[in-house]
Amino acid sequence: MVLPRFLKRTPLHVAVIVIVALWSLPTTGLLISSFRPQNDVVTSGWWTVVEHPFEGSNWTIKNYSRVLESDGLWRALANSVVVTLPATIIPITIAAFAAYAFAWMKFPGRRMLFGGVVMLLVVPIQMTLVPLLRMYSGLNLSGTYVGTWLAHATFGLPLAVYLLYNYISSLPSEIMESAYLDGASHYDIFRRLVLPLSAPALASFAIFQFLWVWNDLLVSLVFLGTDSEVATLTATLNELVGSKGEKWHILTAGAFVSMAVPVGVFLGMQRFFVRGMLAGSVKG
Amino acid sequence: MVTRTNDSEPNIVRRVALPVAVLAGLVGLARLSLRLVKEPEGPGDVLASVYDLVGQGASADAIRDRGLQTIPSVALTILTALILGIIGIWYLFWALNALVDALPQRVRESVRPYVYLLPAVSLLGFFLVFPAVWTVWLSFTEDRGWRNYLDAFQEADSRRALVNNVIWLIVATAGSVSIGLVIAQLFDRIKREALAKTFIFLPLAISMVGASVIWRFVYWWKPPGTGQIGVVNAVITKFDAEPVAVFQTVPINTLALIAIMIWLQTGFAMVILSAAIKGVPTEHLEAARLDGASELQVFTRVILPSIRPSIITVTTTIAVAVLKVFDIVYVLTGGKFQTDVIANRMYKEMFIFSNKGRASSLAVLLFLMVVPVMVLNLRSARRQEAMR
Repeated sequence: MVLPRFLKRTPLHVAVIVIVALWSLPTTGLLISSFRPQNDVVTSGWWTVVEHPFEGSNWTIKNYSRVLESDGLWRALANSVVVTLPATIIPITIAAFAAYAFAWMKFPGRRMLFGGVVMLLVVPIQMTLVPLLRMYSGLNLSGTYVGTWLAHATFGLPLAVYLLYNYISSLPSEIMESAYLDGASHYDIFRRLVLPLSAPALASFAIFQFLWVWNDLLVSLVFLGTDSEVATLTATLNELVGSKGEKWHILTAGAFVSMAVPVGVFLGMQRFFVRGMLAGSVKG
Repeated sequence: MVTRTNDSEPNIVRRVALPVAVLAGLVGLARLSLRLVKEPEGPGDVLASVYDLVGQGASADAIRDRGLQTIPSVALTILTALILGIIGIWYLFWALNALVDALPQRVRESVRPYVYLLPAVSLLGFFLVFPAVWTVWLSFTEDRGWRNYLDAFQEADSRRALVNNVIWLIVATAGSVSIGLVIAQLFDRIKREALAKTFIFLPLAISMVGASVIWRFVYWWKPPGTGQIGVVNAVITKFDAEPVAVFQTVPINTLALIAIMIWLQTGFAMVILSAAIKGVPTEHLEAARLDGASELQVFTRVILPSIRPSIITVTTTIAVAVLKVFDIVYVLTGGKFQTDVIANRMYKEMFIFSNKGRASSLAVLLFLMVVPVMVLNLRSARRQEAMR
């Protein structure tokens, strides 16, 4: 009886394997090519490695040392870290305070202000670029990390406030009230109760914002530029496509360097990511 | 929990002075970090001044003479950035809160909420609302005034971009959602579901620039007879056909770019729809099967109607991302060969042609396209919340 059931499910399994293979094929090709010698990459398809997979001369890590050192990807990696970490932490902190105020403090104009913040979710970044760039050159902020953090922080804020409000406002009110009656201030309640209890929501927004900022090209092109002193990985990779478009040993390794961190973070924290996505997330 | 001390006079001075000092320190740090990136010698200069301060004149001179090696200079920049960006933001709130505590008891609690909202509201106002209003103004006043909008529809290049955006909207959205739905339904029946899903899901972590490079390699064209290294043309030439220059061939190129977006977004659709499918009560499925419904009928008559809200959420979310697509087109074709989209057109008008008014009018058009989709999205999100 085992065999018929197994046979009946075979088409399903074949379909699943085909889909998974199809989806992974592009990335696999890139990964394999990035470890092949310069000449091999441009003369034969990456799939030909299956003929002699264990031959040492078919593999090299030179491409990586090349892109990291001579093509400046170490610096770009550092720049991406400098841009991404504050651009993730700043909006979360600011949004958490705002969400707490909206959820647990009473003040005139509360509903209107909150509605206004949520409404800003519909504004695309493009709506701000021309004037922001003008303001930035007046304020000496263009081409600086600080200017880029502020832009990223602002663009992430509406979603952050919205998501964190949904979570923080659903925390049980008894805990807050008893802490308040015990003489705890709002600041203490926020720091000692609300923040730890909201850890899952904070983590999922943090991952979103992290991936968003790390993978962004538009904001970093406009506000930071392509000067190698400050350019992020995405901007640098885009430059490589322009200047070394046919040197596939460089491009494949470069693309992989730019993907390594977000893919690692993503695989490590998939649980929070999925939870955040299910909580609803769209970005302006 | 902390107990409050009473408001005696010297105490107030201390409680005001410390937060003010912290705020001043933060402003100083911000200016310092501006200097770090503005001038190439910045990090070295700053480190030299620090050495001077602690009385190490010799080390300071050494740095001024030879300049900093790249690695310490980068490390210093990173360190300042992290201190300012991460710890600084906490001290900002701490200082603001401490200043509120120094106010007279009566007004304290009515001021505090606004202080907690101040950073969020001022950032949004200054960097989002004000520039957005300014953009609308620019679109009507610079270049050809309100005729910028006329041009957007009449001029061939930007009309092409508008048409392409609609093609993207329909094909990329429908493609991601329907493939995501099929995959969610198929994978629901296998044992190693989580593992299989990870493969579909993974592109979500990849930047559009990275994805563009990945797919540029897949679509890569070499002259006939030279041995293709791109998968697509290798397959085509296997069937004795001529290799296709994907990015230059007109209807194919836009579809090839759209395929990249589908590859990126399907994982998102799959995760949300898969969770929704699992939420359909088993009794409903069993009841339908007992009534003699085929698996296909169970899917179309029971599962589809009950996951409708999730389908709306997924569709609208992906639609917004698709409407704003920029990176893929910018990296791969730059909008040439009739592949332009609004976001890329806007970027070009702004940075290459310096047409601020036309760029602004394209931004406003993009905004007008996004608004109805976002309203649908937010409304369906709220309805789902009410059901919970």
